[in-house]
Amino acid sequence: MTAAFVLDAGLALLVVAVAVWTIAAGSAFAAVVGFVTFGLLLALAWVRLAAVDVALTEAAVGSGITGALLITAAARLRPTEQRSAAERPAVPMRVAAGVLAVAVFAGLAALVLFPADPAPTLASQAAVHLPELGVGNAVTAVLIAYRALDTLLEKVVLLLALIGVWSLAPDRFWGGAPGLRPSASLGGELTLLGRLLPPVGIVVGIYILWVGAIAPGGAFQGGAILAAMWLLVMIAGLQAVPETGQRWVRMVLVAGPAVFLAVGFAGFALPDGFLSYPAQFAKPLIIVIEVVLTLSIAAILGLLVAGPPERERQR
Amino acid sequence: MRILLDIVTVVAVSAGAVFFLAGTVGLLRFPDSLSRLHALTKADNLGLGLVVLGLLPQADGVLAALKLVAVWLLAQLAGATVTQLVARAARRGGQRA
Amino acid sequence: MAEFLIAAAGFVLAMVALGLARILRGPADADRLMAAQLLGTGGIAALLLLATGIGVPAAVDAALTLALLAAFAAVGFVTSIPRSDR
Repeated sequence: MTAAFVLDAGLALLVVAVAVWTIAAGSAFAAVVGFVTFGLLLALAWVRLAAVDVALTEAAVGSGITGALLITAAARLRPTEQRSAAERPAVPMRVAAGVLAVAVFAGLAALVLFPADPAPTLASQAAVHLPELGVGNAVTAVLIAYRALDTLLEKVVLLLALIGVWSLAPDRFWGGAPGLRPSASLGGELTLLGRLLPPVGIVVGIYILWVGAIAPGGAFQGGAILAAMWLLVMIAGLQAVPETGQRWVRMVLVAGPAVFLAVGFAGFALPDGFLSYPAQFAKPLIIVIEVVLTLSIAAILGLLVAGPPERERQR
Repeated sequence: MRILLDIVTVVAVSAGAVFFLAGTVGLLRFPDSLSRLHALTKADNLGLGLVVLGLLPQADGVLAALKLVAVWLLAQLAGATVTQLVARAARRGGQRA
Repeated sequence: MAEFLIAAAGFVLAMVALGLARILRGPADADRLMAAQLLGTGGIAALLLLATGIGVPAAVDAALTLALLAAFAAVGFVTSIPRSDR
């Protein structure tokens, strides 16, 4: 019974316990607290599995940004919370959902506990081309080079999600400012936090983006951290929430996927086709794409949490 | 030299663990929200500081050691300000629930 | 040394678990706000211990991120806490 085994068993049990508590929680607010806790503990589990890229994404996006999104949603839904809690699905439906969940769990457990021998992996092939790309982190190479198309489409999906959130507003508010309002009664401490933490956070976010080339990190995690810092500044009331119809806002949002697409189409001029990086320009291109992508991701995630416009556009 | 560094690590990390224990005991036993928050913040932050102190001798080089200190400073900064925020919110709204 | 550090990480995690059991049960929502603070210090301690214990130096970067995001989550909780006098 080594220390590592005890740690792993304890962590696994804790994660499951928090997950069960989150589902059984009484109010939406309590459930969101449980969800964020679950995410941060899961990040610990990912580190234990030596998958730090996933741990960073889990902490930044899964807990931080999604947690903020859920908490604002819970706040909006509070007036109808009692009534909706009374509408529960019938017992057969709940039993069916439980059976389905157990079946999925059993399937995943079987995959992990009894893998094909040898376990299928492309890791060695992925590592072969890293020196040509000038990238030291295999995960970043997969995201930006080998499966660049997936990453590009994901960013477009993020944009579509943002447009979906904006479309929840009545027509007359289109292009206006989201309703994120700083909490007046928490003045002093919130302002202090909004002044002290964001500068540090911005440096950390840029660092995580930059170090993603050779160590766990990358554009998504860095962008999420920057988004969290921007939201912090807006919540503290130190910066006004930008109007969603402004030109510069739209440009920053679109810049990332646009640059990615442009590089992709430029690949048509070369023999290898869409999203192929010419050998000598691979590293600079990747850097440009990642930097612009980070800014766009930060803007998209920040505006996602800020919510649909609630004020008219001031022309 | 190696053995001396290892002793420092073991002593400091153990002391840090003791403070984490103290913080948790306080969290479990104190009567109201604010005193629980106090136990949590003070003891746990001190425990974190001792743990970082204990990990410094094991770090690979000056840069790694500085990074550990930077993490600790950030945790202090964030923790201290957030605690004030949580205390204000706890005293204002949640106590009556 | 590695075994000791991993054991220490496990101990810190056990403390976090005990703290969570108390916090998440706490009758008032104000108690639950402390979850972010608890994870902010305990989780970071565990990550730093693991970074040296299992030899994953990037875990220190994860600790940096955790520190920032735990503070951000706490702000999110505090500004959305249900007001009992509403």
